[in-house]
Amino acid sequence: MSVRALAGWVGLPTLLLAWWLVAGLLDSALLPTPGAVFDTLWQAQRTGELWHHLGVTLRRVVISFFLAMALGTLLGVWMGRSRLADDLLDPLLVALLNLPALVTIILLYVWFGLIEAAAVLAVVINKVPNVAVMVREGARSLDVRLEQMADIYRFGRGRRLVHVWLPQLAPYLMAAARSGLALVWKIVLVVELLGRSDGVGFQLHMAFQVFDVATILAYSLAFIAVVQLVEQVVLRPLERRSSRWRRVGEPHHA
Amino acid sequence: MLELDVAYHGTPRAILGRLSLRVTAGERICLLGPSGSGKTTLLNLIAGLGVPSSGNGVRRDATLRVGYLFQEHRLLPWRTLRQNLMLVGAAPDDVDSLLDRVDLAGHGDYLPDQLSLGMARRAALARCLAVEPDLLLLDEPFASLDTRRAQSLRDCLAALLEQRPQMAMICVTHDAQDAARLANRVWYLDGCPAQLRWDERLEHADDRAAVVQTLSRLAEAI
Repeated sequence: MSVRALAGWVGLPTLLLAWWLVAGLLDSALLPTPGAVFDTLWQAQRTGELWHHLGVTLRRVVISFFLAMALGTLLGVWMGRSRLADDLLDPLLVALLNLPALVTIILLYVWFGLIEAAAVLAVVINKVPNVAVMVREGARSLDVRLEQMADIYRFGRGRRLVHVWLPQLAPYLMAAARSGLALVWKIVLVVELLGRSDGVGFQLHMAFQVFDVATILAYSLAFIAVVQLVEQVVLRPLERRSSRWRRVGEPHHA
Repeated sequence: MLELDVAYHGTPRAILGRLSLRVTAGERICLLGPSGSGKTTLLNLIAGLGVPSSGNGVRRDATLRVGYLFQEHRLLPWRTLRQNLMLVGAAPDDVDSLLDRVDLAGHGDYLPDQLSLGMARRAALARCLAVEPDLLLLDEPFASLDTRRAQSLRDCLAALLEQRPQMAMICVTHDAQDAARLANRVWYLDGCPAQLRWDERLEHADDRAAVVQTLSRLAEAI
């Protein structure tokens, strides 16, 4: 294996080793050893509790992620293509971008009660401005020459969107999806902690009440693993597919 | 089939001055003029890409189909040639024969970036033909091709023009020889803002020779 291939395997094992050493030395319930955390994880897995809460959280993440991507993309394309829409909505967008997630969550819970819809809506409102800002950048830089081509050959709206715009927006959408996934699941945990009675965030809350650090670490690690899996299994292959045409660059013929 | 009226066009500086043009079926027009005189701008107005800053603009039959060969190929780089042709309305069965007509048989599944400049331009020409145009616009179709490839594209075009006598063509070019070979009418655009200095019909062989001489003289004078 080359040095570069090995380098990827240095960071995490070192961290694990350090954790194990420090926990062993301290011998305190406030920093359980990796083994103790794994035991907790295994227990939670066997009773099915882990799967239930992971599933609930994952469902909230997926729903709010897709809603936020869809709304943000619509908004971003509209603002990128229409000067008027941009002038009209830009101040609103800046305000939303700077609105703390916590404020949105609290306000929505106060106004609508501790219900599922309020929880999801809070996450969506937090994420939409980020998506919109990134996609707007993409929509602004659409190739004028291809637009003219599409005008000449009378491309309709749908055809233009799918075959001319989407491939050009793909890198921006991928960036938005990446940062979106990371942001959304973190906000979902906060939403669950503040006002839901299931999900990883709720479990973290319960463990916090009794300073059960092993459970906190077990649930956090489990969910990080899930997000990593989504990245590897869904996002990476999608990205490879959407940028395949870029790699043919070199002409085959003289 | 098409009329264009421009009082002036271009901001902040007028590129085109007073122009009044009329194109009818079967006309093969070569548009010449020094670099930067506004030939492409004029072609875009004729194509309906934008309206003149002042003037009535373009009036054309509602059913007029336009094929435009841009200077760059402007094929969608993320779609194969087959998909590119089908996107402008070519039937799946016609794709291969279209590619065959521009000497690209068997290249349907190539992406545009896998082709050389000359091949990509021919592929773009196939796309123009896919819409069965009444008016074919060509912007410097032979630029940056070596002599041999330029010649093969020229032959290809001449054959296509012969097949469709009713199709009108406007071809921007630098080369008086192109005009002599392809055109039956010549426009010469010059000045600042640019106006049509010249609008000649070429009816006979001697006309052609004379026109080529005059154009060559004009080209040398710049």
